[in-house]
Amino acid sequence: MSDILKIHDLRREFKVGSQIVKALKGVSFSVESGEFLTIMGSSGSGKSTMLNILGCLDKATSGDYFLDGVNVRSLDKDALAQLRNRKIGFVFQAYNLLPRTSALENVELPLMYQSGVGHRERRERAMHALELVKLADRFDHTPNQLSGGQQQRVAIARALVNEPVMILADEATGNLDTRTSYEIMSLMQELNQEKGKTIVFVTHEPDIASFSSRTVMLRDGLLQRDTRNTDIKSAKEALAALPVTDDY
Amino acid sequence: MSFINLFRIALKALKRNKLRAFLTMLGIIIGVAAVITMMSIGEGSKQSIQNTFSSMGSNMITIMPYNNMPMPGGVRLGASSVQTLTLDDVDKIREQVKDISAISPGVSSSGQAIKGSKNWPTSLQGVSPEYLGIRKLSIQEGSNFTDEQIRSSQKVCLVGKTVVDNLFNEGENPIGQIIRFGKIPFEIIGVLSPKGQNTFGQDQDDIIIAPYSSVMKRILATTYIQNIYASATTEAVSDKATDEIIAVLRANHRLREGAENDFDVRTQADLINTMSSTSSMMTSLLTAVAGISLVIGGIGIMNIMYVSVTERTREIGLRMSIGARGKDILWQFLTEAILISITGGLIGVVLGISASLAVSYLLHWPTIISESSIIISFIVCAFTGVFFGYYPALKAAALDPIEALRYE
Ligand SMILES: Nc1ncnc2c1ncn2[C@@H]1O[C@H](COP(=O)(O)OP(=O)(O)OP(=O)(O)O)[C@@H](O)[C@H]1O
Ligand SMILES: [Mg+2]
Repeated sequence: MSDILKIHDLRREFKVGSQIVKALKGVSFSVESGEFLTIMGSSGSGKSTMLNILGCLDKATSGDYFLDGVNVRSLDKDALAQLRNRKIGFVFQAYNLLPRTSALENVELPLMYQSGVGHRERRERAMHALELVKLADRFDHTPNQLSGGQQQRVAIARALVNEPVMILADEATGNLDTRTSYEIMSLMQELNQEKGKTIVFVTHEPDIASFSSRTVMLRDGLLQRDTRNTDIKSAKEALAALPVTDDY
Repeated sequence: MSFINLFRIALKALKRNKLRAFLTMLGIIIGVAAVITMMSIGEGSKQSIQNTFSSMGSNMITIMPYNNMPMPGGVRLGASSVQTLTLDDVDKIREQVKDISAISPGVSSSGQAIKGSKNWPTSLQGVSPEYLGIRKLSIQEGSNFTDEQIRSSQKVCLVGKTVVDNLFNEGENPIGQIIRFGKIPFEIIGVLSPKGQNTFGQDQDDIIIAPYSSVMKRILATTYIQNIYASATTEAVSDKATDEIIAVLRANHRLREGAENDFDVRTQADLINTMSSTSSMMTSLLTAVAGISLVIGGIGIMNIMYVSVTERTREIGLRMSIGARGKDILWQFLTEAILISITGGLIGVVLGISASLAVSYLLHWPTIISESSIIISFIVCAFTGVFFGYYPALKAAALDPIEALRYE
């Protein structure tokens, strides 16, 4: 299988006053197309910093990053925006949906920045993405009319609508209870296994990581462990195994 | 990003906060409405001044002794203060100036008109029969006096409606009746058609007209005249006629080259300009005040756009994370500002037109809504939107996506 992304000796330093904070101190790995990767590590280990670079929101201080064969280092701001628009789908911990805006319009948003997509096509693709996250019947609901889990599913639909080569999620289940987290993970697994989407998922919960095919462990800005998961648990089964009266 | 998408995004963003968008617009609405209303009032009063003068005879040329510049029908300085015009001047002008069609000397006296137990303070104009034509006056009943009556200084007169109303009972026929002006009795031989008030609120019907010879001899006891009224054959030649009149009078008064005129010749156009300039100045002042409110409206837009950019920092971060470029964000906020100001401008135009109509309907002030006032205020407010929306938009576009997403 081909590498969808490849990083080599990636470093990221922040200047805070006269001090230099080294968030990433030289990390190398590659992700193949169709993998479900979780990035784990304690707080402050550099997970978000890593994901922002992978998502072309931020640039490394040094080191190389190839996304889908393109060296991101050489691209300017507008080209990076273009890349985010076409190849990446983001899911955030805080959902980041536009308030007072329907689910459908929220999902349509990435396509608004693609001039080739007309009104009709945009609507159809957004509706289709909502179907994938099983929220088609709620298309006209605004975020405040949806539960946290539903809002996150809308956010996932938004990440899917531009048919990205990979989905990046930063603690996408961090605000949700166990049951809802498992629902989201089950959706992620489905997208990964049935639609073949590459997923990079940041979390610090080990049970979430157990649903992925591979786990990268960061520690103090360095790659501590890179383990392939031979026994991938099914989120659907885990969900069914939860006690019905569970009120987490 | 396509223009239509840009427009959609901006429109949706405004829809999410309708009340705030409206309040932001309010400054622009009031500014534009005020500019249009002020300009329409100004334009209306200018037009009405012009109408007044042309209803008095647009070809009219007034000649006055120098330094003694009465407004027609207005307060006059003492007739004796400057005496330079004579009946001989009138004859010379009549003979020598080709471009005039009528001429009349003018003397006037103010005093009490008395009929039986009633009296009325008014003024008596001594003129020739041609005066009616020059001033566009007409006779409703009876007849004008004749040159023969001038020659024999007969005590006959024409009266305006106001004078009739104040000296006679209703239904009484004034023709043939005798009224006294001071001690002198005059027989009424005609009644003038009513003209109503002019722009300055003067009653144009409060008038008594008599042969100039009678007024000069019997009331003023003078051989000088106070004014000469003439009518140019057309409005177009009135300047030429003026030059000719000046030449004739200078010769007749034996003024040496370089000596100042001892008289003043004015066309209606001159009077209109004098009058209009005062009114124009008021209009400019009021419009400037209205314009300031438009600028304040613009600052309101800028203020709200800054607040909006700060408040929507996370939204901006999100948009960037899903592929919006800096310039997409710039254009979104700029479009929002322009939409606000143009919508405000449109509402302001409608409100301004309504206000102008209300002013003319309720206060009976003349108003004229000119296209230029609408176009100018509209351009100004679109410009305001761009100008005051640009800096907040620039600030939004320069945000760092990660910082913006993290913003609390
Ligand atoms: N913009 C920044 N300026 C300065 N330092 C930063 C910045 N962003 C991150 N850091 C530092 O880099 C390090 C890694 O931060 P990062 O956010 O990647 O951690 P994390 O693994 O995502 O933690 P958490 O699990 O709490 O989200 C931290 O020490 C943090 O203080
Ligand atoms: Mg983090």
